[in-house]
Amino acid sequence: MEKYRLKSLLLQYGGLLAAIFALILLFGLLTKNFFSVTTLLTVANTIPDITIVSVGMTLILVAGGIDLSVGSVLALSGTTVGVWMLKYKLPLVLGAIGATITGALCGAINGWISATWKIPAFIVTLGMLEIARGAAYWMTDSTTQYVGNTIGWISEPLPHLGLTPAILFAILVVILGQWLLHRTVLGRTAVAIGTNAESVRMAGVSTTGPLILLYAICGGLCGIASVIQASKLALINPNAAVGMELSAIAACVIGGTSLRGGHGSVISTFFGVLIISILETGLAQMGMSEPTKRIITGSVIILAVLFDAIRKPKYDR
Amino acid sequence: MFQVISLTKDFASRAVDAVNLQFAPGELHALLGANGAGKSTLCRMIAGFYQPTSGSMRLNGARYLPSSSREAQRLGVQMVQQELNLIPTLNVAENLFLDKLPHRCGILNQKKLHRAASELLSTFGLTNLNPKTLVRKLGIGQQQMLEIAANTQGTPKVLILDEPTAALSIPESQLLFEKIAAWKEQGTAILYISHRLTEVEMLADRISILRDGQLQGTWQRGELTQNDMIQHMSPRNLLQKSNYADSTSNDGNPMENTERKPPTGTTILQVEEFDAPPKVRKVSFALNAGEILGIAGLVGAGRTELLRLLFGADKARNGLLRGPDGIQRSPFHSPTEAVAAGFVMISEDRKSDGLLLDQSIALNIQLPKLHRPFWKQWNWYHQNEAQRIAEEYRTHLGIRCDSTEQTVATLSGGNQQKVVLAKWLERGGEIFLLDEPTRGIDYAAREVVYKVIRQLAAMNKGILVVSSDLDELVRLCDRIGVLSNGLWTGEFLGPNYDQSAIVAAMFAGYDSPNSNNHRPTLNPMQ
Repeated sequence: MEKYRLKSLLLQYGGLLAAIFALILLFGLLTKNFFSVTTLLTVANTIPDITIVSVGMTLILVAGGIDLSVGSVLALSGTTVGVWMLKYKLPLVLGAIGATITGALCGAINGWISATWKIPAFIVTLGMLEIARGAAYWMTDSTTQYVGNTIGWISEPLPHLGLTPAILFAILVVILGQWLLHRTVLGRTAVAIGTNAESVRMAGVSTTGPLILLYAICGGLCGIASVIQASKLALINPNAAVGMELSAIAACVIGGTSLRGGHGSVISTFFGVLIISILETGLAQMGMSEPTKRIITGSVIILAVLFDAIRKPKYDR
Repeated sequence: MFQVISLTKDFASRAVDAVNLQFAPGELHALLGANGAGKSTLCRMIAGFYQPTSGSMRLNGARYLPSSSREAQRLGVQMVQQELNLIPTLNVAENLFLDKLPHRCGILNQKKLHRAASELLSTFGLTNLNPKTLVRKLGIGQQQMLEIAANTQGTPKVLILDEPTAALSIPESQLLFEKIAAWKEQGTAILYISHRLTEVEMLADRISILRDGQLQGTWQRGELTQNDMIQHMSPRNLLQKSNYADSTSNDGNPMENTERKPPTGTTILQVEEFDAPPKVRKVSFALNAGEILGIAGLVGAGRTELLRLLFGADKARNGLLRGPDGIQRSPFHSPTEAVAAGFVMISEDRKSDGLLLDQSIALNIQLPKLHRPFWKQWNWYHQNEAQRIAEEYRTHLGIRCDSTEQTVATLSGGNQQKVVLAKWLERGGEIFLLDEPTRGIDYAAREVVYKVIRQLAAMNKGILVVSSDLDELVRLCDRIGVLSNGLWTGEFLGPNYDQSAIVAAMFAGYDSPNSNNHRPTLNPMQ
């Protein structure tokens, strides 16, 4: 039994782990400074916000949906709460809770509209992408504002450890997300809906409630991520996280989550985030220009999916 | 002259068995038969969709063996299928000439297209149909006529019409009959399939009847009464309802056969005037606790639709039902409501709406139990418990698999159906709606399904079984109701059934004045 589990874990995560080590090794050989604790810590400390958002995205993709509004919702919840915190001198905890609620509300609206009226989530969340971004500009009068130094500690490396509280929290979110997906009724329902929504309906299981909840969770995670992003420079920025939906989807896809729903793992998504981040940092250290970096990153995404598509049928049938 | 010589087709079993037929030019030859008689298999071989297992065909003396429907069409053999294959978002003219749109360098020649379409439509008497109208805006009858027009261009040598009047109104039927007369004059041999016996009597020059893949005979016009036709279509073996005790060995399985006792008589389900025209029309019946009620009918008679209405999967226009709780209520709005009220449905197509093919056996069995209110969505999913339950059903129903974590897609049809059964047995319910529960599964799995059905009846559940296999219903059911063209045309009490009366009821709804398309009043053929 123990042996069987180890084997299945290797089967599931082995490829991704191997890819991560291969990348580290590759950049270690190609550049002088990459193979150092500092670099690896830097890589880890840059990804907490995208990690948290990608966890939410994985839950949605597994249920056969998509959320294009994550970046905008992140910006909106960050700016809303930042502005109120400045105006009413709210403590950070209240601000973080407020950001989470704002994000969750946006997500719930996404889920409610698309699930109740059977409108493709692609369209609904595309609309929310515009609305939330517009609202974020509106809240801040299109300016970037300084929120003060009470928030900065979230992204300060802890002494001795070298990791920030933010990445530790993000790892906690990954673990909770994995637990939610595999060990709760909601998670299993998400998988079932993503596999065959009609079978779920004909089994007498309502899909509306679970879908609203999943989108709300995704939105709430964007709210949490907004606090972390604000803490990086102690700024709230209505331009925050533009295009983050695509990075998050890319991370999920590299991790092996199917865009057709029914398959996915939060831990694999985290590895996907790591791969992208290592790739970008490594390429930057090699002195690659921005265009080259983007072309290489794009190719890796396609290769990852190709690899998955070629290898999958062997296991399934 | 088109000849079919000793034509045979085997699928899992023999579908068409050494059939000999001849179609003369200018003749309308009607082909009759109940479900599974082999009509459509025979027609599909003639039209080139299937290749025969053995036997041959001859067209005007020459050997005829089309490898595809396209080749058959080239040789002058055309078939209009019952399903509509039109593209709703294109207009009439585009649909008519889809495979040969007139163009110059890829640019559509609108003028030429519309002229050709108008000409073609006028030969069908459809002069008031605008070629520029989008097909989705047409009525179902007009679409059916269009389907016929699109598939019968030129002068076919052999033309197969599969229930062409099923969706037509009276005037539209008349137009079709006029067109049929024109084809006959041009020397086309027409093979005509219809459930409307009056229409067959009126149109057919000769009638051939199939039963269980075998030709029962060919008769000249006027030789058969409608009653004779039904007799020839009815199953011959006068099988009485048998207990399966002798057919299945008692292997110590906890589900051994019990002698069927008569149902207790308390009504567990009362259905009144369920209506969703045109598929289901004012159907009323009652089901008793412990009773197995079969629903017989021809394919397309509205049986699946009726079950889906009862289960809330589709919306009924009208109707009342009283379930196990004894409260009269309007139809369910969703399967969720129905399941909560004690209904269970095993659907006809387990792959599309019964199973999660890419998920494990264990998760599939747990699926109905995943329904929770908002605040209980966080409940723990007990994976070990789910596996333990799946293991129980694995031994109980004999699901053949390596592990209960295996995906359902890797199982055979019979074992997939056992998973479907397990899922609902695990959820539990009072009323079981079973739509073709033994379709596409092997003998052993079928016996398991029968056993489970009998066991549920012994537990005083109400069971509704839809099956196209009349034999199966006769052997399984305490009572058989018949749906015909959406109407409830008869009820028969077992165990000794008059099978030809059931077959007569299966055809009764198609000619009845109550049907949506009234019977033609004129005979344009003579």
